[in-house]
Amino acid sequence: MALKLYGHPMSTCASRVLACLYEMDADFELVLVNLQARDNKQPSYLATKNPFGKIPALEDGDLTLFESRAINGYIVTKYKGTGPDLLRLDNLKESALIKVWMEVESHSFNPPISAVVYQILIIPLLGGTTDDQVVEANVEKLAMVLDVYEERLSKSKYLAGDFYSLADLHHIPYIHYFMKTPKASLISSRRHVKAWWDDISSRPATKKMMEGMSIGGNA
Amino acid sequence: MALKLHGESISTCTSRPMFCLHEKGVDFELVPVNLMVGEHKQPPYLATKNPFGQIPAFEDGDLTLFESRAISRYIATKYKAQGTDLLRQDNLKEFGLVEVWLEVESQAFNPPISAIVYQISISPMLGGTTNDQVVEANVEKLAKVLDIYEERLSKSKYLAGDFFSLADLHHIPYTHYFMKTPKASLITSRPHVKAWWDSISSRPAIKKVTAGMNFA
Repeated sequence: MALKLYGHPMSTCASRVLACLYEMDADFELVLVNLQARDNKQPSYLATKNPFGKIPALEDGDLTLFESRAINGYIVTKYKGTGPDLLRLDNLKESALIKVWMEVESHSFNPPISAVVYQILIIPLLGGTTDDQVVEANVEKLAMVLDVYEERLSKSKYLAGDFYSLADLHHIPYIHYFMKTPKASLISSRRHVKAWWDDISSRPATKKMMEGMSIGGNA
Repeated sequence: MALKLHGESISTCTSRPMFCLHEKGVDFELVPVNLMVGEHKQPPYLATKNPFGQIPAFEDGDLTLFESRAISRYIATKYKAQGTDLLRQDNLKEFGLVEVWLEVESQAFNPPISAIVYQISISPMLGGTTNDQVVEANVEKLAKVLDIYEERLSKSKYLAGDFFSLADLHHIPYTHYFMKTPKASLITSRPHVKAWWDSISSRPAIKKVTAGMNFA
């Protein structure tokens, strides 16, 4: 039975899983969740897919998972041996470094970059106005984080080492949208970060995922 | 060579892998980091321990790690065969559920609870004041998250299933300090959440660490 991913291709979190599914060449069905109709807030979705009312959710037979990063950890583990070695499960040291940079993405990178994307691209779509103070405060935080990334990527081709991993992949959806904002220079002005982004964004699986990602597309 | 954990035992993030080390029965050395003089922001620490200038950092021979949740996952994986089975890696389904609730702690639980503990307990210690608006906004967020936990824990003894896991463990540091604030009723007023907290906080391995966790 194929996996079922509940979500929408324009969602950053659903795309995080789509990129992983494409990398692992896993068989899956995308079940569209209509966010404008608030499908994800209905009692049946809350009860059977994700009690937090968010997308994505993944069904594998009678197992239902949510949280995109958890879903990816499960997919890479389940399809170990059939797709790229995105978690380096047989190498304790390498898998540990992947876990470090996955946590960095979660706790240091994601908060400021998602705030900037939300303010600049999403709020206007919802009829609101961009709060420039919030943008600038988060640009400052993100710049400090990217300085650390610049140093790291000057020593190693990818974040966890000289191999592409889930740690790099988890960054892709928000950077994809971020590059469409006037703040893209935070990435393009840092030589090693730019080279890393050019590399990971040109992977076939990444390109396939990005094709479905456009803010303002029909829900 | 001994494992070295760089940090402070009163620090929430340092305690997180300490709980894991005790659950696994693994020996380690706690190497103090002098936060008061900003040791964690100095070039040697940034260059060799954690480039983000935070505690903890962890050394196992020539491997250096940071981010408390990555460190605890490493310990749980390396010492998989001894102590408590915290990641359930031999059962794909259980492992998937542990991953889910590890992320819930990271993404949904940690932001509001850490904000409340910071405002009420830490900011005054550093000479600042408590911002009541920030506290109330985060109490509202945390309450909604805990409603979902109450529902979940009414169906399963622990978060990922009927087994204690790393997902439960990661909640302990901030909840420990939260229970010392006037907002503790958010936990105690929810019967299943309270029972879960009473159970996990009374584990012998956990009590060994929380005994040293007092801000006063």
